[in-house]
Amino acid sequence: MTSSVTNCPVAIRIQEDDFDIAREIAVLTKSRTDIGAVVTFSGICRADEDSSKIAALTLEHYPGMAEEEIKRHVDEALSRWPLNGVTVIHRVGRFMPGQNIVLVLTASQHRRAAFEAAEFLMDYLKTSAPFWKKEESATGTGWVEAHARDDDAAARWTRS
Amino acid sequence: MKVKYFAWVRERVGKAEETIEPPATVRTVEELITWLSGQSEAYAYAFEKPKVIRTAIDHTHVKSDTAIAGAREIAFFPPMTGG
Repeated sequence: MTSSVTNCPVAIRIQEDDFDIAREIAVLTKSRTDIGAVVTFSGICRADEDSSKIAALTLEHYPGMAEEEIKRHVDEALSRWPLNGVTVIHRVGRFMPGQNIVLVLTASQHRRAAFEAAEFLMDYLKTSAPFWKKEESATGTGWVEAHARDDDAAARWTRS
Repeated sequence: MKVKYFAWVRERVGKAEETIEPPATVRTVEELITWLSGQSEAYAYAFEKPKVIRTAIDHTHVKSDTAIAGAREIAFFPPMTGG
Protein backbone atom coordinates (compact mmCIF):
# COMPACT_ATOMS: atom_id res chain seq x y z
CA MET A 1 0.00 0.00 0.00
CA THR A 2 1.65 3.25 -1.15
CA SER A 3 0.16 6.72 -1.43
CA SER A 4 1.35 10.30 -1.45
CA VAL A 5 -0.38 13.39 -0.06
CA THR A 6 1.29 16.82 -0.24
CA ASN A 7 4.69 15.25 -0.75
CA CYS A 8 4.26 12.91 2.19
CA PRO A 9 4.82 9.40 0.80
CA VAL A 10 3.21 6.67 2.91
CA ALA A 11 4.29 3.04 2.63
CA ILE A 12 2.59 0.27 4.60
CA ARG A 13 3.82 -3.27 4.12
CA ILE A 14 3.13 -6.58 5.80
CA GLN A 15 5.70 -9.14 4.79
CA GLU A 16 7.55 -12.28 5.82
CA ASP A 17 10.90 -10.94 4.62
CA ASP A 18 13.27 -8.96 6.80
CA PHE A 19 13.70 -5.22 6.25
CA ASP A 20 16.85 -3.13 5.92
CA ILE A 21 16.51 -0.03 8.10
CA ALA A 22 19.20 1.97 6.29
CA ARG A 23 17.65 1.20 2.92
CA GLU A 24 14.18 2.23 4.12
CA ILE A 25 15.52 5.56 5.41
CA ALA A 26 17.32 6.12 2.09
CA VAL A 27 14.10 5.44 0.13
CA LEU A 28 12.14 7.86 2.33
CA THR A 29 14.67 10.69 2.11
CA LYS A 30 15.91 10.28 -1.49
CA SER A 31 16.00 13.62 -3.36
CA ARG A 32 14.35 15.40 -0.42
CA THR A 33 15.78 18.55 1.11
CA ASP A 34 12.69 19.44 3.15
CA ILE A 35 13.16 16.61 5.67
CA GLY A 36 15.08 17.61 8.78
CA ALA A 37 14.28 14.65 11.00
CA VAL A 38 13.73 10.93 10.60
CA VAL A 39 12.73 8.86 13.62
CA THR A 40 13.15 5.10 13.41
CA PHE A 41 11.53 2.59 15.71
CA SER A 42 12.31 -1.06 15.26
CA GLY A 43 10.75 -3.81 17.33
CA ILE A 44 12.86 -6.94 17.82
CA CYS A 45 12.01 -10.41 19.09
CA ARG A 46 13.25 -10.66 22.72
CA ALA A 47 14.55 -13.80 24.39
CA ASP A 48 12.90 -13.02 27.74
CA GLU A 49 9.27 -12.35 28.49
CA ASP A 50 8.68 -11.74 32.19
CA SER A 51 10.51 -14.73 33.68
CA SER A 52 10.28 -17.21 30.80
CA LYS A 53 12.82 -17.80 28.03
CA ILE A 54 11.40 -17.46 24.55
CA ALA A 55 12.66 -19.83 21.87
CA ALA A 56 10.58 -18.35 19.05
CA LEU A 57 7.59 -16.12 18.30
CA THR A 58 4.98 -16.66 15.61
CA LEU A 59 3.12 -13.61 14.31
CA GLU A 60 -0.35 -14.09 12.83
CA HIS A 61 -2.36 -11.30 11.21
CA TYR A 62 -5.72 -10.54 9.61
CA PRO A 63 -4.83 -9.91 5.95
CA GLY A 64 -6.65 -6.92 4.53
CA MET A 65 -7.79 -5.48 7.84
CA ALA A 66 -4.21 -5.18 9.16
CA GLU A 67 -3.19 -2.90 6.28
CA GLU A 68 -6.42 -0.88 6.53
CA GLU A 69 -6.16 -0.44 10.30
CA ILE A 70 -2.54 0.76 10.03
CA LYS A 71 -3.57 3.12 7.23
CA ARG A 72 -6.33 4.62 9.41
CA HIS A 73 -3.78 5.42 12.12
CA VAL A 74 -1.24 6.76 9.63
CA ASP A 75 -3.97 9.05 8.27
CA GLU A 76 -4.70 10.24 11.80
CA ALA A 77 -0.98 10.85 12.40
CA LEU A 78 -0.86 12.91 9.19
CA SER A 79 -3.77 15.02 10.45
CA ARG A 80 -2.07 15.62 13.81
CA TRP A 81 1.56 16.26 12.89
CA PRO A 82 3.28 17.94 9.93
CA LEU A 83 4.91 14.83 8.47
CA ASN A 84 6.96 14.47 5.30
CA GLY A 85 6.88 10.69 5.04
CA VAL A 86 5.80 7.55 6.89
CA THR A 87 6.87 3.93 6.43
CA VAL A 88 5.39 1.08 8.47
CA ILE A 89 6.57 -2.49 7.93
CA HIS A 90 5.23 -5.35 10.05
CA ARG A 91 6.59 -8.83 9.56
CA VAL A 92 4.58 -12.03 9.97
CA GLY A 93 5.78 -15.61 10.34
CA ARG A 94 8.08 -17.27 12.86
CA PHE A 95 10.90 -15.35 14.52
CA MET A 96 13.88 -16.19 16.71
CA PRO A 97 15.19 -13.84 19.41
CA GLY A 98 17.17 -11.02 17.84
CA GLN A 99 15.16 -10.91 14.61
CA ASN A 100 13.30 -7.82 13.42
CA ILE A 101 9.50 -7.73 13.77
CA VAL A 102 8.31 -4.19 13.09
CA LEU A 103 9.63 -0.93 11.66
CA VAL A 104 8.12 2.55 11.88
CA LEU A 105 9.81 5.49 10.14
CA THR A 106 8.47 9.01 10.43
CA ALA A 107 9.98 11.98 8.63
CA SER A 108 9.31 15.64 9.29
CA GLN A 109 10.91 19.04 9.08
CA HIS A 110 11.59 19.12 12.83
CA ARG A 111 12.19 16.33 15.31
CA ARG A 112 9.25 16.72 17.68
CA ALA A 113 6.60 15.79 15.11
CA ALA A 114 8.62 12.77 13.97
CA PHE A 115 9.19 11.53 17.54
CA GLU A 116 5.56 11.97 18.58
CA ALA A 117 4.09 10.45 15.42
CA ALA A 118 6.35 7.38 15.68
CA GLU A 119 5.30 6.83 19.28
CA PHE A 120 1.63 7.35 18.43
CA LEU A 121 1.83 4.84 15.57
CA MET A 122 3.57 2.21 17.70
CA ASP A 123 1.08 2.60 20.56
CA TYR A 124 -1.79 1.97 18.15
CA LEU A 125 0.00 -0.82 16.30
CA LYS A 126 0.24 -2.70 19.59
CA THR A 127 -3.39 -2.27 20.62
CA SER A 128 -5.50 -2.02 17.48
CA ALA A 129 -3.72 -3.50 14.47
CA PRO A 130 -4.89 -7.13 14.10
CA PHE A 131 -1.70 -9.06 14.84
CA TRP A 132 -1.24 -11.81 17.42
CA LYS A 133 1.92 -13.32 18.89
CA LYS A 134 2.34 -16.93 19.90
CA GLU A 135 5.30 -17.75 22.11
CA GLU A 136 7.34 -20.93 22.13
CA SER A 137 9.36 -21.66 25.25
CA ALA A 138 10.80 -24.66 27.09
CA THR A 139 7.49 -25.07 28.90
CA GLY A 140 5.36 -25.14 25.73
CA THR A 141 3.58 -22.73 23.41
CA GLY A 142 0.96 -20.13 24.21
CA TRP A 143 -0.64 -16.97 22.90
CA VAL A 144 0.80 -13.77 24.32
CA GLU A 145 -1.69 -11.90 26.49
CA ALA A 146 -2.44 -8.24 25.84
CA HIS A 147 -1.06 -5.86 28.46
CA ALA A 148 -3.12 -3.15 30.12
CA ARG A 149 -0.03 -0.94 29.96
CA ASP A 150 -0.27 -0.97 26.15
CA ASP A 151 -3.93 0.12 26.31
CA ASP A 152 -2.91 2.91 28.70
CA ALA A 153 -0.14 3.98 26.30
CA ALA A 154 -2.61 4.22 23.40
CA ALA A 155 -5.29 5.92 25.51
CA ARG A 156 -3.08 8.93 26.25
CA TRP A 157 -3.35 9.97 22.56
CA THR A 158 -7.15 10.09 22.68
CA ARG A 159 -8.48 13.54 21.90
CA SER A 160 -11.43 14.70 23.96
CA MET B 1 -22.18 -13.84 5.85
CA LYS B 2 -18.56 -14.86 6.04
CA VAL B 3 -17.04 -15.27 9.51
CA LYS B 4 -13.31 -15.38 10.26
CA TYR B 5 -11.51 -16.40 13.43
CA PHE B 6 -7.97 -15.57 14.50
CA ALA B 7 -5.36 -16.70 17.05
CA TRP B 8 -6.79 -18.74 19.95
CA VAL B 9 -10.37 -18.09 18.85
CA ARG B 10 -9.49 -19.84 15.57
CA GLU B 11 -7.83 -22.72 17.40
CA ARG B 12 -10.79 -23.21 19.74
CA VAL B 13 -13.43 -23.00 17.00
CA GLY B 14 -11.31 -25.36 14.91
CA LYS B 15 -11.50 -23.43 11.64
CA ALA B 16 -10.23 -20.17 10.18
CA GLU B 17 -13.41 -19.16 8.35
CA GLU B 18 -16.87 -20.28 7.35
CA THR B 19 -20.13 -18.99 5.93
CA ILE B 20 -23.03 -18.83 8.36
CA GLU B 21 -26.70 -17.97 8.16
CA PRO B 22 -27.93 -16.97 11.60
CA PRO B 23 -31.68 -16.54 12.09
CA ALA B 24 -33.13 -13.04 11.64
CA THR B 25 -33.61 -12.75 15.42
CA VAL B 26 -29.80 -12.47 15.75
CA ARG B 27 -29.28 -8.75 15.27
CA THR B 28 -26.12 -7.67 17.08
CA VAL B 29 -22.55 -8.87 17.53
CA GLU B 30 -23.40 -9.87 21.09
CA GLU B 31 -26.40 -11.90 19.92
CA LEU B 32 -24.31 -13.55 17.21
CA ILE B 33 -21.74 -14.63 19.82
CA THR B 34 -24.53 -16.09 21.98
CA TRP B 35 -26.02 -17.88 18.96
CA LEU B 36 -22.64 -19.30 17.88
CA SER B 37 -21.93 -20.43 21.45
CA GLY B 38 -25.06 -22.56 21.30
CA GLN B 39 -23.96 -24.33 18.09
CA SER B 40 -21.34 -26.64 19.61
CA GLU B 41 -18.91 -27.10 22.48
CA ALA B 42 -16.09 -25.74 20.33
CA TYR B 43 -17.86 -22.40 19.87
CA ALA B 44 -18.93 -22.36 23.52
CA TYR B 45 -15.25 -22.80 24.49
CA ALA B 46 -14.04 -20.11 22.06
CA PHE B 47 -16.63 -17.61 23.34
CA GLU B 48 -16.66 -18.64 27.00
CA LYS B 49 -15.54 -15.14 28.01
CA PRO B 50 -17.45 -12.98 25.50
CA LYS B 51 -16.18 -9.71 26.98
CA VAL B 52 -12.60 -10.65 26.01
CA ILE B 53 -13.51 -11.26 22.36
CA ARG B 54 -12.88 -8.43 19.89
CA THR B 55 -14.97 -8.11 16.75
CA ALA B 56 -14.48 -6.47 13.37
CA ILE B 57 -17.14 -5.98 10.71
CA ASP B 58 -15.81 -5.52 7.19
CA HIS B 59 -12.29 -4.80 8.51
CA THR B 60 -13.35 -2.20 11.10
CA HIS B 61 -13.36 -2.68 14.89
CA VAL B 62 -16.89 -2.63 16.32
CA LYS B 63 -18.51 -2.84 19.75
CA SER B 64 -20.65 -5.77 20.88
CA ASP B 65 -23.94 -3.87 20.51
CA THR B 66 -23.27 -3.14 16.81
CA ALA B 67 -25.91 -4.41 14.35
CA ILE B 68 -24.71 -7.14 12.00
CA ALA B 69 -27.24 -6.41 9.23
CA GLY B 70 -25.48 -5.90 5.91
CA ALA B 71 -22.13 -7.22 7.13
CA ARG B 72 -20.15 -9.09 4.48
CA GLU B 73 -17.40 -10.31 6.80
CA ILE B 74 -17.34 -10.57 10.58
CA ALA B 75 -14.14 -11.48 12.39
CA PHE B 76 -13.68 -12.62 16.00
CA PHE B 77 -10.31 -12.51 17.72
CA PRO B 78 -8.53 -12.00 21.05
CA PRO B 79 -7.06 -8.63 22.10
CA MET B 80 -4.24 -7.76 19.73
CA THR B 81 -0.58 -8.30 20.59
CA GLY B 82 1.37 -7.12 17.56
CA GLY B 83 4.10 -4.52 17.27
